[in-house]
Amino acid sequence: MGKILMKGNEAIGEAAIRAGCLNYFAYPITPQSEVAEYLSRRMPEVGGVFLQGESEVAVGYMLFGAAGCGARVFTTSSSPGISLMSEAISYTSSAELPVVYVNIVRGGPGLGGILPSQADYFQATKGGGHGDYRLLVMAPASVQEAVDMVMMAFPLAEKYRNPVMILGDGLIGQMMEPVEFSDRLKSEPSNKDDWATNGMDTRKSKKRNLVKSLFLDAQLLEEHNLVLKAKYDRMKQEEVRYEPYNTDSDYCALIVSYGTMSRVCKTAIDNMKAQGVEVAMIRPQTLFPFPIHPIREAASKKGCKAVVTFELSMGQMVEDVERSVQGKRPVYWHGKAGGEIPTPEEVIDTVQSFVKK
Amino acid sequence: MAKTYEKPEALSDQVTHYCPGCTHGIIHRLVAEVIDELGIRGRTVGIAPVGCAVLAYNYFTFDFQEAAHGRAPAMATGIKRVRPDLIVFTYQGDGDLASIGMGEIIHAANRGEKFTTIFVNNTVYGMTGGQMAPTTLPGQRTTTSPRGRDVEDVGMPIKVAELISCLQTPAYITRQTVLKPKYIVRAKKSIKQAFQYQLEGRCFSLVEFVSTCPTNWGMTPVESIQWAEENMLPYYQLGEFKTPE
Repeated sequence: MGKILMKGNEAIGEAAIRAGCLNYFAYPITPQSEVAEYLSRRMPEVGGVFLQGESEVAVGYMLFGAAGCGARVFTTSSSPGISLMSEAISYTSSAELPVVYVNIVRGGPGLGGILPSQADYFQATKGGGHGDYRLLVMAPASVQEAVDMVMMAFPLAEKYRNPVMILGDGLIGQMMEPVEFSDRLKSEPSNKDDWATNGMDTRKSKKRNLVKSLFLDAQLLEEHNLVLKAKYDRMKQEEVRYEPYNTDSDYCALIVSYGTMSRVCKTAIDNMKAQGVEVAMIRPQTLFPFPIHPIREAASKKGCKAVVTFELSMGQMVEDVERSVQGKRPVYWHGKAGGEIPTPEEVIDTVQSFVKK
Repeated sequence: MAKTYEKPEALSDQVTHYCPGCTHGIIHRLVAEVIDELGIRGRTVGIAPVGCAVLAYNYFTFDFQEAAHGRAPAMATGIKRVRPDLIVFTYQGDGDLASIGMGEIIHAANRGEKFTTIFVNNTVYGMTGGQMAPTTLPGQRTTTSPRGRDVEDVGMPIKVAELISCLQTPAYITRQTVLKPKYIVRAKKSIKQAFQYQLEGRCFSLVEFVSTCPTNWGMTPVESIQWAEENMLPYYQLGEFKTPE
């Protein structure tokens, strides 16, 4: 199959079907309602389940119930909707259910706006809901990458029995780009007979399964949290993904940026290169686990005078960049949160002003 | 000698955590008997609520999911939509279903989701210590209505069975009780009917139970049964509010 031109939101819906996910529950919210519209048409064609829930709160638990009985399931939403789902995300993480959430982020806080934003970085990577849990968070920078990440998300969620979130800013959902779909995933959710409430009759072992998150005994809750922590630690070892850009050069500054913002930074880096100024970039593709070591190494390179984080927020990822750089270089932040995206010229001016400091 | 009465296979050997005089135990047993009689234990999934019955899964011997407060009907929806062959029921109290989970139960019922809800109404939040619920009777004292429920302030108690039976889609809505043996026989028939309708692929069914909470009412088990008969049954009338056409 060749490339076709598709809107990001529709491509995300199609990618889930190609990934073998035929169950979708959602509630409409701008700027991602096209996913629900697309799948309300497509799911019946492929014999799948489409249900528009009464709220994101309810949708969060429809996903829980469906994943709890071993089905591959996903939703898409945008920032305020993810806030409402965050209760369920906490329960889903504790119950170790492989659910995939796509957040096409809009501006906040509150109703905010409907233009692109990256202001849900903290919510996605540091919690959102209550308790010690982590989502595996991936951030695409193009429609093609959104498709690829959706395809990857389901096996990853099942590998860890942990929710996975795809954090795309509004532009990823709204813009049209050429995309190519790889072949359908043939895999099935694995080992579900060990834990899913799929009915005892369907399993070899006649042991009943229980999907839950309550541990009233201190020792048992401690042990449960250690099991979860071990998964998050394993993700940090095995799942860090990032794209280095111009890191082979003798750069004077390192940019850290992700999603749509990183594409503007690439243009800025190319323009600076044409003028004889070398700047490099690390683009995190996973926000949790965060590429701590690649950023520290790149920042520590001789000649690198500053690390500059560009993000569509008032400074969230920059805290993880500071944590990565560990004071070896000065770390600066530049960003916007209203829905406008800094231009390449703005990126160049910002980098140059920080390098001169 | 032949056994004439024994523990249902769907019920476990777990020692109860429910208080003396609590009706959860009887209702659990009736559900278990029905599951045995219909031979559906191997394809049944129960959903436990938040509240006293959060540990309901300890007493049953089949698959169970544990819900967040009020969300059991959304979970049942998720299960039933992706696995229509499973038999699914939620087991919920009045704080769980009629307060924090009102949105979920109304919409699941209205969509005609093909699962069964066992709704246990004892007029108070039991697990958290007897606070006022949407079902607390007028003038009834609870830990958060120490001078009695003031209907001028918080309105009249919600009649869940009547409320849901206003919707056109649900198949079977009934209110029962297990306060006396004569009621128990009728209640079991209703539970069985609800599960049978589900097996037939009919829409949503709900069996409400007028129940007791001797501990939080500050009564003996016998007093609490008497109180429920005298005070709850006139307001929460027993009967079938909706049956399939």
